[in-house]
Amino acid sequence: MGKPVTLKDHYNEARIYTNRTWLALFVVFVLIFTLIGRIGYLQIFEYDTHITKSDQNRINVQAIPPTRGLIYDRSGILLADNRPNYSVSIIKERVDDIDQTIDEVSAILTLTTSDIERFKKRLKRRRRPYEGIPLRFNLSEEEIARVAVNQHQLPGVEIEADLVRHYPLKHIAAHTIGYVARINQKDEQRIDANRYAGTHHIGKIGIERYYEDHLHGEVGVQKVETNARGRILSVLERTDPTPGQDLHLYMDIPTQIAATASLTNRRGAIVAIDPTTGGILAFVSTPAYNPNLFVTGIDHKSYNALNQSLDRPLFNRTIQGQYPPGSTIKPFVGLAGLDYEVTSWDFSILDPGFYRLDNDRHQYRDWKKWGHGKVNLVTAIRQSCDTFFYDMSYKLGIDNLHDFMAPFGFGRKTDIDIGNEQTGLLPSKAWKRRRYDLPWFPGETLIAGIGQGFMLATPLQLAVATANLANRGHLIKPKLASTQSRTKEEHRSVDTPKLEKDNLQNNELKTGTENQVSDDMSDNVIAHESKSILGQTDSGEKRTLENVTLSEEENWQLMFDAMESVVHHPKGTARKIGIDSKYRIAGKTGTAQVLGIKQDEAYDAEKIDERYRDHALFIGFAPADNPQIAVAVIVENGGGGGSTAAPIARIVMDSYLHNTWQKEHTQKEIKEDAVASVKNQ
Amino acid sequence: MQSKDFLRRLPEHGSPVTQQIRVWQAIHLDGPLLFGLTLLIIIGLFVLYSAANEDMQVVTKQASRIGVGFTVMIVLAQIPPYAYRRWTPWLYCMGIMLLIAVLVTGIDAKGAQRWIAVPGFPRFQPAELMKLAVPMMMSWYLADRTLPPAIRPILASLVMIACPAVLIATQPDLGTSILISCSGIIVLLMAGLAFRYILAGVALAIPAGSALWMTMHDYQRGRVLTFLDPLREPLGAGWNIIQSKTAIGSGGLTGKGWLNGTQSHLDFLPESSTDFVIAVLAEEFGFFGVFGLLIVYAAVVCRGLYIGVQAQDTYNRLLAGSIILTFFVYIFVNIGMVTGILPVVGVPLPMVSFGGTSIVTLMAGFGILMSIHTHRKLVSG
Repeated sequence: MGKPVTLKDHYNEARIYTNRTWLALFVVFVLIFTLIGRIGYLQIFEYDTHITKSDQNRINVQAIPPTRGLIYDRSGILLADNRPNYSVSIIKERVDDIDQTIDEVSAILTLTTSDIERFKKRLKRRRRPYEGIPLRFNLSEEEIARVAVNQHQLPGVEIEADLVRHYPLKHIAAHTIGYVARINQKDEQRIDANRYAGTHHIGKIGIERYYEDHLHGEVGVQKVETNARGRILSVLERTDPTPGQDLHLYMDIPTQIAATASLTNRRGAIVAIDPTTGGILAFVSTPAYNPNLFVTGIDHKSYNALNQSLDRPLFNRTIQGQYPPGSTIKPFVGLAGLDYEVTSWDFSILDPGFYRLDNDRHQYRDWKKWGHGKVNLVTAIRQSCDTFFYDMSYKLGIDNLHDFMAPFGFGRKTDIDIGNEQTGLLPSKAWKRRRYDLPWFPGETLIAGIGQGFMLATPLQLAVATANLANRGHLIKPKLASTQSRTKEEHRSVDTPKLEKDNLQNNELKTGTENQVSDDMSDNVIAHESKSILGQTDSGEKRTLENVTLSEEENWQLMFDAMESVVHHPKGTARKIGIDSKYRIAGKTGTAQVLGIKQDEAYDAEKIDERYRDHALFIGFAPADNPQIAVAVIVENGGGGGSTAAPIARIVMDSYLHNTWQKEHTQKEIKEDAVASVKNQ
Repeated sequence: MQSKDFLRRLPEHGSPVTQQIRVWQAIHLDGPLLFGLTLLIIIGLFVLYSAANEDMQVVTKQASRIGVGFTVMIVLAQIPPYAYRRWTPWLYCMGIMLLIAVLVTGIDAKGAQRWIAVPGFPRFQPAELMKLAVPMMMSWYLADRTLPPAIRPILASLVMIACPAVLIATQPDLGTSILISCSGIIVLLMAGLAFRYILAGVALAIPAGSALWMTMHDYQRGRVLTFLDPLREPLGAGWNIIQSKTAIGSGGLTGKGWLNGTQSHLDFLPESSTDFVIAVLAEEFGFFGVFGLLIVYAAVVCRGLYIGVQAQDTYNRLLAGSIILTFFVYIFVNIGMVTGILPVVGVPLPMVSFGGTSIVTLMAGFGILMSIHTHRKLVSG
């Protein structure tokens, strides 16, 4: 500042302050009169309105939960349904002594200690006043009647009706669909409390969790007048909830059922993909569990039984199980060898039954002790010759192998629309340096070339890679939920009973059956659906998918022919499934070691504990000349890929190609059949 | 010149009035202020007893906090104002450091980091300290400047307000952040901030606000709209307002009588003993009850403004003015919020709402006011 420093003028400052004080006093009085005016307005002018609301009736705001969207398979078979469920709950504000009330209720109903424990836990949580706290679910007709008869002695005890999720197919596709369960404290942190004000359940896992926003819908609100005892006298204002949108899966339930059955009681996984769309046709992980157990709360004993079982039924093997892919990767390694020109279709070696590196005494053994004799690439694929691939991958080098296979989907998440996916592992020199700070050894390349060693893949990754192969390098992104919109009739073929728990307070049990989705509403749903889908695919495609191109385009077909000979050639490792097949299958078997076999030992299944036996694998697609289904099968400790896994893949392909695919293209009967079959259950 | 005023105000030696003043001076308390505050506290405890559903434990707990508050007030009133002035910058810096510490190591309570725990001390909120430290710092800074303040001190003051305000807003505690900013701005206004700057500030706020609005995401806009109009969200904040309006309105002229408020006693009114306590008073004592309470508040504010005018230097004046006007802002914001004319900001009703920290901070402020008033040199030598 250029101005000279002015001295402080104390008198002037005091004067300014006094003036400002008068001003402040004026403002204070204006504001006080504003408050007095406002309170006067409420208490004098609006007195009649408020005293009516407050004195005879009391205003209550209640949340109306939206109806959760249903889940269907590709042909309209219902996979997740909403069913009315009656529960008894206690309204804390109307009860003097909670413990005594619980005692009285337990005199009429059977209450387990865990019911009471969970009730007490819920009691401690934050909630709005006059919201019932559930004590027991799944009341039978008789129990409802017993509570109703004793109602006058139990103030504050109410029967509430809820729509509760039901999975009619039980353990079929349990891992895929997942389940909903009661919102717990952990969930409360990830949700908007107001949006879930009336909702008691939330998707915990699987499709139910991934598409939670899509399925949930928007909460409705009603302002009601209640009398002093909480009985609703009238509804003043009402905003209807927006029901959740339905979801259609690509899954073909007949195929899914056939696939699940084909695994019988073994531990394993099956993934079937439609290579033209990336839609998942079957997604099986066995053993499975009954998701209905979780919906209203699973008891400790059943949960522990599931959780501690050695067979791990809660584990979704399709996306969480990471297995050595074994020989199933040989077609990919073969294409890599051709593309990097370290081998050709004419090149052949003489296989003595083992392979040895120049400066290493270690023998890398072939599965066939005495060797395959003279083998070229076609016979090496057909008979799964290890020695040929040891030689080729040694020439190829691990980094070339890694770079060629990565685009097919190995070693990274497929970004399928379900959570908890594992990445698998596609090793490279850089990875090993990063992970173990160790150099890469040439021997590790050899075993990587036959899908052993560090290499790991999930069944989904194998299926996706197979589909990408069948597509001649045109990459797909696997999707469980179908994104195309449905016609109105298809959209909601099954009427859902609409139940509002708020209308059902005071034990007036009414079951409304009016369909909640009006016609124009479902139009909105469809419009919204297709919009969101466009956004999804856009971002998804941009991110990773860049198609694989080979230097020699004809190598695709030649490799398919080699894979076809695995099934249809008399010497192929999966020849058993090719004998009576009505269509041509291109495939590759795999047998992955679980236990390291010492140099001087021989593998003998009889001597080894069941859990250390080899995993049986098979990948394949069919029809070979026009791929409609790509399948990956893993049977844990199942033994040989050709004997155990391949027949399962055949069952899956048969089910889809004979029944579904053909019929879908000729007549639409299957849909009605399937719907009827489920309804009859 | 000023001494003349005081001489005129002082009656002759030996008269009972003079002696009375001397007694108050000796114990450094202010009679009228003390009387007003006591009245507020008594009203508050009665309302609280009803709001807490006749739970005597709540009342005794609150009474013991008020006891702590009174002790703090009396102790602070003994400290002469020049001491406060000397400590001001240190207090402010310490407050800023504690605010940073709270963001780094603070205790998580109800999803926000506001508390800090020093071993050996009861845990406290540094934001409460800033409620006093900010007006003190502003008064300290402006007292040495030429008043009315020029543009450069104004900008410096705004930075001094913004630092704690931003730190508190990130805790996140938007309500306290706004109130602390208010207390600082009040100092600027009382220091004679020219009207053209006030107008410029208002004029700048409009384009700045709309620019911010344009850059916000939809969900952020939704939050702002809900903040401004809670009825948009009838299951959340709006629920409280619907209930509190009914509670107040149904009180009528004379109220339903003590302990007879149905809205609060049937648990329809949320937060009835803390932020929404005025609704209980309005329901049970009616319009006359609220009017009476507002008169007591107005009397306390007038006494505070009088103390400010009577103060003998700029620092004391500005600090006194800010403390008492901030006190009024609390009253206005709280009652405005409960009656539905202001957005829902978590501000307790001073001296009445249940809650320890706020009452101690308020009493500390009154202690400083009393110190300012009773350490004056009455007769110039």
